[in-house]
Amino acid sequence: MNSTLLLNLQNCTIRFGGLTAVSELNFQIHENELVGLIGPNGAGKTTVFNLITGVYQPTSGRIEFDGKSISNLRPYQITAHGIARTFQNIRLFPSLTVFDNVRVAFHLHLLSGVNHAWWRGASFAKEEQDISDKVIELLRLFNLEQHRNTHSKNLPYGDQRRLEIVRALATRPKILLLDEPAAGMNPTEKIELMNLIQFVKDKFNISVLLVEHDMQVVMGICERIVVLDYGLKIAEGAPEQIRSNPKVIEAYLGE
Amino acid sequence: MDGIYDSQGGIRSNFHIILFSSNSPANLCRVTEFFQQIINGLSLGAIYALIALGYTMVYGVLRFINFAHSDIFMVGAFSGYFFSRFFPSESIFGGISVVFLSMLVCAFLGMLIERVAYRPLRGSSKLNVLITAIGVSMFLEYSFQVKLTKPLSFPVLFPTMSFTLPGGIILSSTQVLVFVMTLLLLIALQYIVLYTKMGTAMRAVSFNPMAASLVGINNDAVISFTFGLGSALAAAGGILYSLNYPSIEPLMGVLPGLKAFVAAVLGGIGNIPGAALGGLLLGVIETFVNGSRYSTYTDAIAFTLLIIILIFRPSGLLGKVTVEKV
Amino acid sequence: MLHRPKTLLCFSLALAFGVSLLAPQLNPYHLDVLLTIGINIVLAVSLNLVNGYTGQFSLGHAGFMAVGAYASAAFTLFAAPRWFPDANFLVTSACFFVALLLGGLASAGAGVIVGAPSLRLKGDYLAIVTLGFGEIIRVIFRNVDALGGALGLNGIPFHTNFFWVSFWGLITIYMVLALVNSSFGRGFLAVRDDEIAAEAMGINTTQYKIIAFVVSAFFAGIAGGLYAHLKSSIDPKGFDFMRSIEIVVMVILGGMANTRGVIMAAVILTLLPEILCPIAEYRMVIYSLLLIILMLTRPQGLFSFRIRPHPSHSA
Repeated sequence: MNSTLLLNLQNCTIRFGGLTAVSELNFQIHENELVGLIGPNGAGKTTVFNLITGVYQPTSGRIEFDGKSISNLRPYQITAHGIARTFQNIRLFPSLTVFDNVRVAFHLHLLSGVNHAWWRGASFAKEEQDISDKVIELLRLFNLEQHRNTHSKNLPYGDQRRLEIVRALATRPKILLLDEPAAGMNPTEKIELMNLIQFVKDKFNISVLLVEHDMQVVMGICERIVVLDYGLKIAEGAPEQIRSNPKVIEAYLGE
Repeated sequence: MDGIYDSQGGIRSNFHIILFSSNSPANLCRVTEFFQQIINGLSLGAIYALIALGYTMVYGVLRFINFAHSDIFMVGAFSGYFFSRFFPSESIFGGISVVFLSMLVCAFLGMLIERVAYRPLRGSSKLNVLITAIGVSMFLEYSFQVKLTKPLSFPVLFPTMSFTLPGGIILSSTQVLVFVMTLLLLIALQYIVLYTKMGTAMRAVSFNPMAASLVGINNDAVISFTFGLGSALAAAGGILYSLNYPSIEPLMGVLPGLKAFVAAVLGGIGNIPGAALGGLLLGVIETFVNGSRYSTYTDAIAFTLLIIILIFRPSGLLGKVTVEKV
Repeated sequence: MLHRPKTLLCFSLALAFGVSLLAPQLNPYHLDVLLTIGINIVLAVSLNLVNGYTGQFSLGHAGFMAVGAYASAAFTLFAAPRWFPDANFLVTSACFFVALLLGGLASAGAGVIVGAPSLRLKGDYLAIVTLGFGEIIRVIFRNVDALGGALGLNGIPFHTNFFWVSFWGLITIYMVLALVNSSFGRGFLAVRDDEIAAEAMGINTTQYKIIAFVVSAFFAGIAGGLYAHLKSSIDPKGFDFMRSIEIVVMVILGGMANTRGVIMAAVILTLLPEILCPIAEYRMVIYSLLLIILMLTRPQGLFSFRIRPHPSHSA
């Protein structure tokens, strides 16, 4: 935790009408760190994701990434800064193939635009070939290569989850936000997922923020855990501290 | 066909009753004109409102624009023309019977269209339903055009007279009829939607169709009823419109229909009082523009208004803002 | 999809030129139908970029067509004779080419003006706003006396011939296909499939939508110019929203985002009223009935038989 600060939320609050979904939230993520964000249903976990990724703008407070404010940027600009995400209810591009799903995510690093697509010169051909190679390489790394021409909506559920992670990685993020990746998985798949997250973090040398319901997954891999309840941060610390924190137990079990 | 009142528009006076002696000074002239325009605008707007209600209700339960609605308005006018032969003209009884029968015919037509053309596409993409609606709309227009090559002259259904209000404002009995009828229909509609079992079911379906069917509501019946109700209102609108502009033809519904849709969006689509408000507002604004030197741009007003409202307040004047869930 | 798209385009253009030498042999009615088919292909294929590939439902294509038709006709009628009083065949052809380009650019400009504010809207709302813009454009033309007001422009020279129609038809098809079959162009489909996910992948969805709108409007403008120089007279009535609907129907029947299908639909739907001519009274009734029946029985479009996998190395 002595490495560089990457993501910094300062007093972030968001209200929808009269409802305060997230209140005065502060937390930091450092380089190459695996942080878990947990909390009971409706605690505001996904809202935090949407705040960081620019889907919602904070009512007050400030979000910094790599020392620059990203509070009022649009989602695609935030992705360009190096934050990638997956979605709680999988949001792949259903009518695109597995290959194209990943190819689209290379958009940020694309040099050719409309004119190149029309002119189709040598540089265009080279770049297309380049991207194609990179996509295949990524797909191979995650055992999805045999599905590359399958439409993503026809993929088995577990593969869809994996493809979402691959797609997010293709944007070359510095931090990856995973929104309940273990939802709907059986115990074996969960263990595979834990290994996968660890692998992604080490292989790509990035930080991971993990929103998860499943305690086994969160406790198993996270280095630090932030606990939300009713939009408030009620605890933060290492897994063993969180496990024995009375506030956390109360939030989960009720009084 | 452009559906605009001119200064004498819509007044066929047999009797002219002066309610109050009107020796208005010259400087009252502009004020008089102003109120005259308001009245003309409101009576045009009331008709827009009647059509807009059908759009808004169908949008509420099915989330789609029923393009054929404007042609049901046209069929309403034609069935009024047809039924008027069997009743004495210029009588209140005859007029009301004609309106009632036409509403019945159109309610049935609306339900038939829904059953045959829209129900099989329930659950398929919105675009397909929209295109089907356009197909139905074209079908109605062109089938009427096969037999009708020139416009028909709409009969005088109700006794006509006109009243002069203080200040020299002229109010025709047709305008009074439009106001009274629209008001009665709105009250009836509000009663149905808020206080009957069917109305409660309609609101439930529009709120969440899945949940509605889980609590035992027959969604198909509700949707069918909604089409019937909306179509009946369009028929009433068609007849009232034809009393003001007595030349009826198969394409008469297109422009008023589009404008009524704009009125529905203006008020907040899916919102019944909103549709009424949007209709009245649009009618008044159009009448004023038509009275100004920009009168040739009248037809563009509705759409300009639509674009402005959608950009600055997409949910309409009375609509609620919804946030997409991620 | 095409391995050497540029070569193929050049080859087709040469072929079109060759065939166009034979076109004068055709009887005028058949030629007129053929050229109308070509213009409708330009319209439908370009609209498919917006409605099919990008998933934005535009109902204002006829409005863009009107802008192109008026701009190019005005150039041919008012500017060209003054600048080139004694024109030979080459100069006339060049002038016509410039007129069409002007029409396309004017229309693309209109595309930016319409697109920028309305692309924040989705689905039905966008449809109705684009419809509204189309109508506004029409009302404006009706009020501009210099452009003939409600009567429109007459006596536009017949410059549209087989060569120009097939030239622009091929260019349109190439441009749309080359665009969507590139890594950049896959973004259009991503926007259609899921805007929120597309943004999260770093795609500026507004930019994509505007590009789609502008490219599509450009070709609608070209088609308008071709139409004006084919029919020799244009008026605001000819570009009403039924015209837009006709083009949308071609896109939907062809199968959204299926260029081949859309081309076939454009051919069939242009021919259909001509074939039904003997029963002229009923032909539009039958047309609309067919439309309803087709939507009920083949909602995925006439020509979408299966979903083709896109070859991964498509270039």
